[in-house]
Amino acid sequence: MSTSVEPRDPQATPEGEASQPTSVGRGGELVFSTISTVSGLSILAILAAVAFFLVLLAAPALTSDPADLPYGEFWQWVAPFAFGTVWAAVLALLMAVPVAIGIALFISHYAPRKLANGLGYIVDLLAAVPSVVFGLWGINALAPAVMPVYGWLNKAFGWFPPFAGGVSGTGRTMLTAAIVLAVMVLPIITALCREVFLQTPKLHEEASLALGATRWEMIKQAVFPFGMPGIISAAMLGLGRALGETMAVAMVLSPSDQISFELLTPNGPNTIAANIALNFPEAFGLGINQLIASGLVLFVITLAVNMAARAIIASRAEFSGAN
Amino acid sequence: MTTRYSEKSPETGAESRQSGDEATRKALVSGQLPSFTPIATLVVSIVVVAGVLALFGSFGIAMTLVLGFVTFLVVMRVLSHVVEGSRRAADRTARYVVTGAFVLALLPLLSLLWTVTSKGVQRFDGEFFSSSMFAIVGEGGGAVHAIWGTLIITGITTLIAVPIGIFSSIFLVEYSNETPLLRKTASVLRFFVDVMTGIPSIVAGLFAYTLFSFIFGAGYKSGLAGAVALAVLMIPVVVRSTEEMLRLVPNELREASYALGVPKWKTIVKVVLPTSVAGIVTGVILAIARVIGETAPLLMTAGLYTGMNTNALQGQMTTLPVFAYYQYVTPGIPQEPYYARAFASALTLIIIVMALNAIGRYVAYKFAPKTGR
Repeated sequence: MSTSVEPRDPQATPEGEASQPTSVGRGGELVFSTISTVSGLSILAILAAVAFFLVLLAAPALTSDPADLPYGEFWQWVAPFAFGTVWAAVLALLMAVPVAIGIALFISHYAPRKLANGLGYIVDLLAAVPSVVFGLWGINALAPAVMPVYGWLNKAFGWFPPFAGGVSGTGRTMLTAAIVLAVMVLPIITALCREVFLQTPKLHEEASLALGATRWEMIKQAVFPFGMPGIISAAMLGLGRALGETMAVAMVLSPSDQISFELLTPNGPNTIAANIALNFPEAFGLGINQLIASGLVLFVITLAVNMAARAIIASRAEFSGAN
Repeated sequence: MTTRYSEKSPETGAESRQSGDEATRKALVSGQLPSFTPIATLVVSIVVVAGVLALFGSFGIAMTLVLGFVTFLVVMRVLSHVVEGSRRAADRTARYVVTGAFVLALLPLLSLLWTVTSKGVQRFDGEFFSSSMFAIVGEGGGAVHAIWGTLIITGITTLIAVPIGIFSSIFLVEYSNETPLLRKTASVLRFFVDVMTGIPSIVAGLFAYTLFSFIFGAGYKSGLAGAVALAVLMIPVVVRSTEEMLRLVPNELREASYALGVPKWKTIVKVVLPTSVAGIVTGVILAIARVIGETAPLLMTAGLYTGMNTNALQGQMTTLPVFAYYQYVTPGIPQEPYYARAFASALTLIIIVMALNAIGRYVAYKFAPKTGR
């Protein structure tokens, strides 16, 4: 869908040649197109610089003798944090995606038309809350509120490994951090799903309803099949956001440095991002390099997730009739 | 909402009205639950669950609401299955679950606003907005230095990110179709802007830190470094939103301008940009709202300073989110004044961000060109 149009060359007609102060027009054109192209290229340069400087300063942590590293051997040190990052993000996603699909359906297909836009803005408000505020909320409101639930989960479902172990006394566990993350990625997933659901071809919906389907059957027959790639890519973009989220996790989670699936105990490993934020201000020497190298690991993980999401979106753009 | 079928039915039976409205209505709504059923069931379920829980001595508001809602779903499913059949029953369940999901999402928002407001108003006073934390231990003090820091750093970020962002999208939309090489460049650029959108904020912070340590020596921290980190996060947001807006400008406008012999760059400046300015401004405001709350990258690039520092090139600079963070995680003794300041800055931050969002939406709503939808 290219929207840019080739200008009819003003010089092509004799009138244009006569009336146009060509030198000024050409000069302005050259300057303007150069500025635009250069700023486009500068974005590529910035990204290259990001990659270059990160690799440059991460390299010492990977190449020097493990005995010199303040946090110990690099891969051994980073593994629990990489696990914690992925584990927290996946948990957040498991909670956020069903709710987000529900909200998106509510706004696109259930809520009264007049209200729908306003309701959408309310959910978008959640996206506007800074992460440090989510951190404060997580510690002060969420953690105390979920404590009794954790106790009950532990008593009733203690045989299930994630709920096993001694319940934390503060409520600042992996599950709490994952709930905060879920709330934070909810608006993004909701907004994308809503857009996709609204794009469902009206004819598909009406055909389904005309055959006597109830609204839920129509959604199953027309909306979900059409929107499935969109839902998947929305979830993966949410995952990318959850992987990189720093402050909320850094504040809410009281971390350990071991790999553990336990959700209710204080054994939950930190995430890479939160670990950097907590340790960077006091780090020095090779410690800084080591933290930067872990940032590089995070960058690679999020990059992979985001590229997968974009690939799914791109494949959808090809077969959907929406554009 | 739940009465949709019964509402519609009398209208479709308009012809048979003479032969008795009442009889028709009865025939059409027979086999349906009365419209008050869901609400009545919801109230009864919650009351019953509350009673049962109270009997066992484990009454809690959240628990009651959750179990009450589940009971409501089950009861409605059974009732509807018996009276209306299994398909209608599934339809009802889906409707209630979807509505429930929306209500569930409102809970954290309300709880968050309540927590921050109730704890934040304590120190939301004149002193908070007029004094810095310089030489202050314990009570008193304020965040004026952090507010200035936020304004300065966000301002510099905007100055860096907006021109690059807008000119890049002009390149993507207006200039990328001219030669195959440019077309290739544009598709690469589009891909990498997407990649850039996904950069974790902490990685942007690490980048700015390494860049500035490389130039000025290790440990260099300043407002400018913070602004560079934030610009890395802001540029892709501006590019995406501006690109969308420029694409909305109808080609007829461009063609009309070309037909009058106006050169391309002047067409862009005088026709394309003015047409899409509302959308571009909205995108920029929303992008500012997104970076103004960033904490992590600033921890490592702009640092922390208790006094006023308005020089972005020299010395550490505190912003509101960083201030809130440090007040909360490294309190002195007694802790209360530190926590109160943290929440007051969180409240200030929320107000700023929500005001920016409201302004952005208003601009979009007020000046948006009318599109099909």
